[in-house]
Amino acid sequence: MTRAELVKNLQALPGAVVSDTDHKARGFDLDVKLSPENIAEAVQLMDEAGYFLDTMTGVDWLGEQEALRKEADKGKAAAPASESAAGEPPLPQAGIGEDEIEIVYDFNNFQEPYGVVLRVRTPRAKPEVPSIHHIYPIAHWHEREAHEFFGVVFTGHPYLVPLLLPEDADYHPLLKDFVA
Amino acid sequence: MNAEYQLPEDECFVLNLGPQHPSTHGVARIKLTLDGEYICKAEPVLGYIHRMHEKMAENRTWPQFFPNTGRLDYLHALAYNQNYACLVERALAIEVPERAEYIRVITTELNRIASHMVWYGAFVLDLGGFTPLLYTFDDREQILDLLESVTGSRLTFSYFRFGGVPNDIDDDFIAGTKTFISRMRERIKMYHALITKNVILINRLKDIGFIPAEMCRKYGASGPVARGAGIDYDVRRNEPYSIYDRFEFEIPVYHEADSMARYMVRMDEILQSLRIIEQAIATLPAGPIMADKVPKLIRPPKGDYYHAVETARGRLGMRAVSDGSAIPWRLKLRTPCFSNMLIFGEACRGMLLADAVALFGSLDLVIPDVDK
Repeated sequence: MTRAELVKNLQALPGAVVSDTDHKARGFDLDVKLSPENIAEAVQLMDEAGYFLDTMTGVDWLGEQEALRKEADKGKAAAPASESAAGEPPLPQAGIGEDEIEIVYDFNNFQEPYGVVLRVRTPRAKPEVPSIHHIYPIAHWHEREAHEFFGVVFTGHPYLVPLLLPEDADYHPLLKDFVA
Repeated sequence: MNAEYQLPEDECFVLNLGPQHPSTHGVARIKLTLDGEYICKAEPVLGYIHRMHEKMAENRTWPQFFPNTGRLDYLHALAYNQNYACLVERALAIEVPERAEYIRVITTELNRIASHMVWYGAFVLDLGGFTPLLYTFDDREQILDLLESVTGSRLTFSYFRFGGVPNDIDDDFIAGTKTFISRMRERIKMYHALITKNVILINRLKDIGFIPAEMCRKYGASGPVARGAGIDYDVRRNEPYSIYDRFEFEIPVYHEADSMARYMVRMDEILQSLRIIEQAIATLPAGPIMADKVPKLIRPPKGDYYHAVETARGRLGMRAVSDGSAIPWRLKLRTPCFSNMLIFGEACRGMLLADAVALFGSLDLVIPDVDK
């Protein structure tokens, strides 16, 4: 699978948002936003194209929705008063809802370096992402790490016990609201 | 091992290799399931020196995290310094002065050789030869003296800054490095004559500990492990950072994929590092060592950034997420040993225990790097 075919196949996945990024400014070349149910399929494509799994991790976006809401409120207040006086119903605010945890997968290629980033988002209250350990065995450890640090459940993972934390750890230290 | 002869699981016995076993270089523990002397299953158990550097990053400002970067892979700390500096410079779009880039390359490559010397001594020690350790630590001592004179420390370096380096190198350092280069070239010849051609070493390493290229890709293994399997991949060449594209050097690649191939890759790499240092010293420009336009308060713009460098053990990546404040929102460390260690569990299946120790040594794992 050539690079162009890979990009095309990734774009063909339902709900995928693919964008080129500037390697010099960001450090990777392709940014792909996906929904969790398509991640295994996308990773399968990466495997077929001969990429290796560089790393994967989580990012806790606690407070992001609150910030968006504030910004939207500010925008509303700044809007000319005449508009609201016209009696138009307020537009539904797209993208504002629950806080989420983002899982980021970094891929690269030994032959022709090309950094591909896959991102999925899962609700913070019940984080669940399908496991990809059957495609890349190294994901076995990466998923255990993301599980212990963020509490994300990787469905289909056979051995989701803490890797670096004590074996009886029931806390998730990289969550933003974690207190020791 | 003959597969037909494999004992059922309940007749095998479990042996803990480590966490205090000397051949595990620190505090790795491997849960081995053995059938006599043969390994049925190996499960690395991690976390004995887990310090949660990633959470520490979220508790301090961007510059305050520098000392932490020197404490992951303590043998090649300057590469970690360099990656972190490059990552934040990328986010802030800071141009580093020429002279500072050269100093970074010279010191990082010296540190790479020092790291390989520790591996070399410890590896031969694992195989039963005590004396080489004393020779390689002598070489390492020369490098540490040189690095101490510019960085102020000998092990957990914290030398680079955003935008350059704080101390310039002087004539003594350059003269000392030149002497070291000629000394090291002779020493490598001696090591090859004394150790590489030793029949015991050859029998312990050749055709043993097979890690093929496809396995490297599936596990994300990099560095000498991948290059020993015929993968021509080095971040310095494939994704050039700093000023590595200006120097002439080769990437040693061996196709045998056994422990001997990984050994030879590192030995050749030392010579290539010497070449890079020699060229860098010969073309060292004069000028400032710090960029002028580094903001007092480091606040990278909102967004996420990635940077990778080649350490002595492979590809080190750092992914930073900034929310535009003075404290990182998230910093992910992709350490090379993490990926190189899981591969051991698969590669050692069916091997004799003593050979597995040789395989483990040939991976050159630094456990604080895995445990983070």
